[in-house]
Parts: sequence; C-alpha cells; structure tokens
Amino acid sequence: MTKQHANWSPYDNNGGTCVAIAGSDYCVIAADTRMSTGYSILSRDYSKIHNCKADKAVLSSSGFQADVKALQKVLKSRHLVYQHQHNKQMSCPAMAQLLSNTLYFKRFFPYYAFNVLGGLDEEGKGCVFTYDAVGSYEKVGYSAQGSGSTLIMPFLDNQLKSPSPLLLPAQDAITPLSEPEAVDLVKTVFASATERDIYTGDKLEIMILKADGIRTEVMELRKTLSECWQHTLSIVLIRISTLGSLCYLELCLKFSCVVNRFSFSYL
Amino acid sequence: MTFTIPIDNGDALKNAETDSQRTLYPYVTGTSIVAIKYKEGVLMASDMGGSYGSTLRYKNIERVKAIGKHSLLGASGEISDFQEILRYLDELVLNDNMWDDGNSLGPKEVHNYLTRVMYNRRNKFNPLWNTLVLGGVKNGQSYLGMVSMIGVSFEDNHVATGFGNHLARPILRDEWHADLSFEDGVKLLEKCMRVLLYRDRSAINKLQISKITEEGVTVSQPYSLKTFWEFQAFHNPTAGAQGSW
Repeated sequence: MTKQHANWSPYDNNGGTCVAIAGSDYCVIAADTRMSTGYSILSRDYSKIHNCKADKAVLSSSGFQADVKALQKVLKSRHLVYQHQHNKQMSCPAMAQLLSNTLYFKRFFPYYAFNVLGGLDEEGKGCVFTYDAVGSYEKVGYSAQGSGSTLIMPFLDNQLKSPSPLLLPAQDAITPLSEPEAVDLVKTVFASATERDIYTGDKLEIMILKADGIRTEVMELRKTLSECWQHTLSIVLIRISTLGSLCYLELCLKFSCVVNRFSFSYL
Repeated sequence: MTFTIPIDNGDALKNAETDSQRTLYPYVTGTSIVAIKYKEGVLMASDMGGSYGSTLRYKNIERVKAIGKHSLLGASGEISDFQEILRYLDELVLNDNMWDDGNSLGPKEVHNYLTRVMYNRRNKFNPLWNTLVLGGVKNGQSYLGMVSMIGVSFEDNHVATGFGNHLARPILRDEWHADLSFEDGVKLLEKCMRVLLYRDRSAINKLQISKITEEGVTVSQPYSLKTFWEFQAFHNPTAGAQGSW
C-alpha cells in the first residue's frame, strides 16, 4: 500500500495585515477588518485586534482565523488565571513571554498566526513585540505582520529610521513621533497597502494605548478597485505636507484633481 | 499553504482501526445554504438535494433544523456529518434543559459550541466535512454566523456557503439592507436561490425557506422556483457560427 496524502489542509490563510508602532508614552496598534479565503471575501467587518482584558497589552494577529481565535482564547484565560493568582494584571513584557511560550508549545502543529503585541512597559513607554508562527519574538519599536507586511515594513523602516540593534550603548527603538503623527502614519501605510494587497482593505481599526486608557478609531479603506482615488491621495498628501514642502503639495493637489477626472477611465 | 499528512498504510493490521475512522472525502453532500437577517429575525434558504458525487441521490433531505428554542442550523457538505452534529447538539440542548433553571442556549452559545467542535475535530485531522450556518434570535437580538470545516467562523448580516459564497453573496452585498420585511427577505433569498439553480450543478429546484423569530421556528413546505429557459440567444446557439458538422 502506498502512502496516502490528505486531500484537505488543516490550514487556510484568511489574510489581513497588522501593524504596531511604539512611542514615548503611547502605543498604536492597527489592523484591517477584511477576512478572506482564497479569492473570496468572507467578511468585511472582522476585527483582528484582541484586547486580552489587560490594559497594558493589546494583541493583533493575522493568518488562519480559527488558530488566531483559539490562541486569543488561551491567552485570555491564562491572563484571567494570572490575575486571580497574582492579584494584578499582566505587564506587557510578561504577556509577550506568555505568547511566545504558548506558540512554541504547538511547535509541531503550529498556530498559523502572525502576531504583533503592543502595549506599555513597566516604565510607561510604548513597546511592540513581533512574532513568527512558532513563537520567536523580539522587542522592537514598530512592526507589521500579515499579507501586507512586505509592503508596509520597508516604508516604516524608512520613516521611523530605527537605530541598528548592534549599536553600543543600546539605543531605544521607540519613535520620537507624537501620537497624532504616528496615527497618521498608520493610516497612510494602510491606505497604501490596500492599493496593492488584495487581502487588505474594507476598514481599518486603530487602538491607541496610553497610560490613562485605550482609544479606538475606525477608518474606511478601499473596498474594491473602482473607488475614487481621492480618499487615498488626500491621506498621502497630508503625510507629504507634514514632511515640509508646500510647493510640492500644491503640485500634488493639482495632479490629484487631474487624476480624479480620469480615474474612472483607467480603473 | 499545502500540508500533507503521512498516513502510513504499510502495516495494515496495526493501522486498520485508526485510519479507517478518519474522514478522507465526503460522500453524500448538500450544496449551498443562503441566510439573511431581516426585521424580525433570520431567514435561511436551502434546497433539498443530497448528491452522491455527480448523482442526485436524495431529493428530500432537510438541511435546516431547529436547535433549542432560539436557533436554526443549516449545513452544507457531508450529510452524515450533519446528522452527527445534530446528535451532539441534541445532547447539548438536553443537558441545558435538564438544569431547568429558566435559561436556554442562545444562538451565540450554539455558534461558539459548534466552532469549538469543528476546530477540535480539525486538530485531530478528522474533520466534520460541513460548512454550518447558525441563525437565531434571543431577547430581540438577531444573530447569524457561519463555521467552516476547519473551524473558521464569523458572523455577519448575510452568509452563504459553498457556491452561494461566490454567487449569492455579491447579490446580498448589493441588495441587503437592515430591517427587511419578510416578503422582501424571501424575494431576496429566492433571487439568490434562482441564480444558484441556474449555475450550480448540484442544486435542485426544490427548496425550503426557514424563518426564526422571537416567537419560534417556521419551516416552509418545499416548493420550486419559476425558471426561464427561453432566452433567444440560447435557442439557436450556433446561429452566428454555422459549421459544416
């Protein structure tokens, strides 16, 4: 008898992108709300951000949704037990270690989940931890995971100019950007990723963690190809203008008006 | 992501019991389920066919069943696995009733239970080969969700399984709106089912529309849709390109 092969896969990629940026006293975690399978969209309003009921740590995961849900449930219940045993909430670095261990526990049948954990560390500074599917993790200043990560990460590297981790003395990867600037950067980055990644789009959910609490913002993203360019362009232009060149901005505005008139003939 | 499981059938005697129990392929299957939320609750449509590969073996299968007081479960995929799921749910509802405490399982709870069951079966590489649709109303709140055979689940205002996901969902995205009346909801579902009838090979023209509201479940009598096959372009398809043979 020859070896039989299974004709179904226990995994599926439901798409989506997650991003987190750490600041001096805040952390921004964002994810789109599209859930797909193959070339179909299952839901345009599915949240990938999970508030593990910890006010200092927020987890965002993309990948195989059933594994993501199971992982989030495990973390939530472990956190609850921790609170009962230690009479306090888990800190972000503690949650980071727990997530890594939980993922490695299933090293030989992994959770197909690509995670970004964002929060505030013990000193109140923003921290972001980025993971692979089997739990190897790193504390960074910013990260992107998921289907749009290859489009977003290089842009974040350029804009946030992270110092080399090889430098001595060790330099903080936290961005000096203010919170509104970081939120704006996240919106720009998702608007751009939506253009070229078919699995990213519909809506963007942003959570901003600060010492006094968590704030949520929702922004519409392009749902299809034939929507107006104006929305995307206007966000990109705001970003360019904050980098400082006004005459460039004027040129771009004129360009955008021209493009608007012709956009439907191209698309 | 492809994933192959080495099922070693070399030592047939040793592996006989373990391997023959796993689901490898579906045998008798049901096609799409289409469901929407409407003003008073949830409407679910399904046809009554059970295909055995390409043969239409069974024409009287009810693929939508009431669960407890507040939910409706529709299934596409392997019919025997659906019957097994009904047995699991029967036990669940029975235990819930035995508490006799005035509480009853709502659609959210049943959906969560089904998601866990499907996911755990997938973990054991022995899936229940179904895509399930769970709809219901409890305390005035309508709920509509879906679970696939590997445990992917979500809820939305309208869902469809199988071919319905490709053909019916776009119609629903365009024409569904909140607070549909019962008549409008049925018309919308019939529109979707008609498209599926024309284009899905395993669909049959015998459907049931089930309704669940706060008052309870109603399953319609089976009926068929009017179809039109007299489009001129199909009368003489080779009119534009007459051949010699």
